[in-house]
Amino acid sequence: MSEIEIKNLTKKFEVNKQMVTALDNISLSIEKGDIFGIIGMSGAGKSTLVRSINYLEKPSDGQVFIDGVDLGKLTGRELRKKRSEIGMIFQDFNLLEQKNVLDNVCFSLEIAGTKRKEAREKARELLKVVNLSEKEKAYPSQLSGGQKQRVAIARALATNPKILLCDEATSALDPQTTDSILQLLKEINEKMNITIVIITHQMSVVTRICNKVAIIDAGVLVEEGDVDKIFENPQSDAAKELIFDKKIRFTPVSSLKAKRAIRIVFNENSAYEPVISNLILKHQVLINILKADTRNVGGKAIGEMILGLPDQEKVQESIIETLKESGLSVTEVSEDV
Amino acid sequence: MFDSKVIQMILIGIKDTLYMTLVSTALGYVLGLPFGIILNVTRKDGLIPNRVIYGIGDFICNIIRSVPFLILLILLIPFTRLIVGKSYGSTATIVPLVVCAAPYIARVVESSLNEVDAGVIEAAKAMGASNIQIILKVLLVEARVSLFNGAVITTGILLGYSAMSGTVGGGGLGDIAVRYGYYRWQTDIMIVTVILLIVIFQIIQNVGNKLTIKIDHRKR
Repeated sequence: MSEIEIKNLTKKFEVNKQMVTALDNISLSIEKGDIFGIIGMSGAGKSTLVRSINYLEKPSDGQVFIDGVDLGKLTGRELRKKRSEIGMIFQDFNLLEQKNVLDNVCFSLEIAGTKRKEAREKARELLKVVNLSEKEKAYPSQLSGGQKQRVAIARALATNPKILLCDEATSALDPQTTDSILQLLKEINEKMNITIVIITHQMSVVTRICNKVAIIDAGVLVEEGDVDKIFENPQSDAAKELIFDKKIRFTPVSSLKAKRAIRIVFNENSAYEPVISNLILKHQVLINILKADTRNVGGKAIGEMILGLPDQEKVQESIIETLKESGLSVTEVSEDV
Repeated sequence: MFDSKVIQMILIGIKDTLYMTLVSTALGYVLGLPFGIILNVTRKDGLIPNRVIYGIGDFICNIIRSVPFLILLILLIPFTRLIVGKSYGSTATIVPLVVCAAPYIARVVESSLNEVDAGVIEAAKAMGASNIQIILKVLLVEARVSLFNGAVITTGILLGYSAMSGTVGGGGLGDIAVRYGYYRWQTDIMIVTVILLIVIFQIIQNVGNKLTIKIDHRKR
């Protein structure tokens, strides 16, 4: 069985005396060592989903298994013990404002009943890992956002968890700080062999460090799989919306004077061929490049391009044919993606 | 006028006033702090919501708080006699002071604990903290500045109430002010006691404010 197994999870809330389904029959398997991204627009239910993994939110229906143990069958005490084996970090860091950095990291150990001296040693060790040793006497109010998140990470790791849940952990941080925190998470995943579940609304976070991704839209799991595959060839509308970033939507395809537009994705093999030049020479048509970008997807360079096709339908079809023959993934782009 | 006898009396008055104020604040917290914690955790958005317990606590709190202190003082005379053995003097005054202070303190504690960020409580839950651990290690720790501030304000209020009890023979500076200043028309003694009450109040409030800033690590 997978390390985290979510089976037919449904969560309903009562809002203004009406039942609202926040999560609808979600099943997911997260394997040991994964960095698993759960992505969706705000309000999609992803925060509720991550809170189901440590039972901060009890499902209305369905089960959550951690290492084969059904959380719904545990007593209060057993559940608390299990929670201490699952670290969690948050968008707002949630540090104790009245305790200094060292005591904040010790806090999770204190909860677990570790002796003070032992806890301090462990905390100092972890502050070294997150590169904050010189700040152990500082209070959270004296730290930057990135430093606070590092303290929160050290605190979450203090109890030697096997799983780390990240709820929008980089959403309150600037791009550089986000990068350094993601880098740190990746190191933790590799060096400590900790499974990481990341909740985010930023595709860049997923492409940067996740190997698997699940896309949640209005409480429903719409797509799931390897990040590079989904990035190359998104199927669901929600996935397309998240992957074709907002710039395209701000420039409607129609205003770029192309009746039909397609998105092609280059992987490492196809990136060396002069695909567009070949296309123009072969079909003797004008092709309009509406957008082009290269992204780092899980360490691989992947290029994407949005092309405006000529008006004749026959030509359009043969162009798409040619592109597919050269091993590229081709997706239609409509105005409203 | 101010012979050694009067001075002696005023010194004892200061001592009695401080005794009544500080002891009733302390005992008020012995009752009011747990009461306030119960109110906070059982409220609708609390740690362990419980409509029945909150409803009962809320009702008791409101009933006692709506009785004016002077009336409470008189109403409680039989109860005071039962506990202390007499109904006058500074020790006897502590009984109604505590009864009056406890529900007030409970309210102050309830609202102080409410200021604690829900996210921090959630983080503690995610670490596997029990409700008791959350109360002791998160709520009381994170709200300590607000709690301490509440205690300073409560002490000031009880100082005033202890003086009020002078009207029914409560002892302390208020008692002196009533007996000499009011019944015997000795305005000078009354003015001295009032000034002393103001000075004591100022000291409590200023020391309290300084300490509040000192124990707060949120902004530096």
